[in-house]
Amino acid sequence: MTTRYTEDHEWISLDGDIATIGITAYAAGQLGDVVFVELPDVGKSLKKGDEFAVVESVKAASEVYAPVDGEIVEINDALENEPAKVNEDPAGDGWFVKIKVSDTSQLDGLMDEAAYKDHTA
Amino acid sequence: MTGTLFKTPLHALHVELGGKMVPFAGYDMPVQYPLGIMGEHKHTREKAGLFDVSHMGQARYIGDEAALEALLTADLSAISAGEQKYTLLLNETGGIRDDLMVSRPDGEGIFLVVNAATKDNDFALIENATKGKGTLTRIEDRALLALQGPAAKDVMKRLCPDACEMVFMQCGAFTLDGTHVLISRSGYTGEDGFEISIPEDDAERIARLLLDQPEVEAIGLGARDSLRLEAGLCLYGHDMDETRTPVEASLIWALSKTRRERGDFPGADVIAAQIDAKTCQKRIGLTLSGAPAREGAEIASKDGTVIGIVTSGGFGPTVNGPVAMGYIDRDFMQPGTEVDILVRGKPRAAKVVKMPFVTANFYRG
Repeated sequence: MTTRYTEDHEWISLDGDIATIGITAYAAGQLGDVVFVELPDVGKSLKKGDEFAVVESVKAASEVYAPVDGEIVEINDALENEPAKVNEDPAGDGWFVKIKVSDTSQLDGLMDEAAYKDHTA
Repeated sequence: MTGTLFKTPLHALHVELGGKMVPFAGYDMPVQYPLGIMGEHKHTREKAGLFDVSHMGQARYIGDEAALEALLTADLSAISAGEQKYTLLLNETGGIRDDLMVSRPDGEGIFLVVNAATKDNDFALIENATKGKGTLTRIEDRALLALQGPAAKDVMKRLCPDACEMVFMQCGAFTLDGTHVLISRSGYTGEDGFEISIPEDDAERIARLLLDQPEVEAIGLGARDSLRLEAGLCLYGHDMDETRTPVEASLIWALSKTRRERGDFPGADVIAAQIDAKTCQKRIGLTLSGAPAREGAEIASKDGTVIGIVTSGGFGPTVNGPVAMGYIDRDFMQPGTEVDILVRGKPRAAKVVKMPFVTANFYRG
């Protein structure tokens, strides 16, 4: 399983051609307490850079962007009632969506963990 | 960027406390501390929060009070020594230039506290209008702190017991830790609390003394906004501005009865006509489920017609759900009316409700 990171603080973890996407612990920390997550419908196709979700903190709404092209195959329904999972476990239970990735080589253009660490340093 | 921003006398303390500093009304201010907006909000409702509001404009007016009163909605002659009133500064068409506090904390004329973003315009307007009749002195060398929450009185009982004799909207001059300060029993959270005007050189020492009390946490602008929203209190420039009158803003209560009878405030004709016609939009509160509705979101009737706009909105930590205020067409202003708010184009079921969203806990004796 490969995990990569975007400059906009999404993470994407690839297993076969299915990728799970969420926001990083750094992003969750910057947002503060998450009170609502708006997720897309299953079946929606995304182009890299498309806004596909919105995460709301007490103060503001922030967009979440697709790290690669693909089609939504599953959304994390649990966030509807427990948006705080995004703060508690951003890399685990706080995931946003799963997508079927169109071209897995697009992940090569994203940062690995070490590069992302430098990006947020 | 920060080089062009003003700093309050507590700036170094905010940074020391880990405050996340952001530009606000020309000042570099803490939006939150490590506790976070949610934690700071709840702490204020449960115990006590300390807010730095030194960016607000403080001034003294001494002289012919009729000249000052002509700009406002208050009856200044009805404000006795030791009393404070909320009032509005209006333009010629009844639009709201600012909302402000006027008070008589001591024998030295009227003490004014106005909004940070509007203070220069307000003070210039007052100076011009009262030229030759009175003197407005801007106070640039005092900090302003707000101690808010149910435990604020317990803190003050320890540090300045005389101030606890006051009830909501009273004010006076007191000694706090050896420093001469002005205190009013008021605030912007819907809770009991005190607002304290302090000479700038003593401000950090007194802020630290207050923060040393076990009940008190430092609170940033983020929680200040969510607290005032739940309390149903307007934020100038958002929930009201020069295009809205006190009738539309549901602030007729800030128009004193005698001034209304005399009809001698700016825009009195426009306002009287609006009161009679009962057709203008009104500021109301809204609750909704799911996504918070933010400023600028449209309010629609169930048949999809746009009937209003959200002017403040967010998540209410005490309500534990999204709350908003906005302007809505008359036919829809009754509490209980079901409407939609368009959040990112998607209609979200909302209901018009009475404000405040949380019970006010002012100390009335």
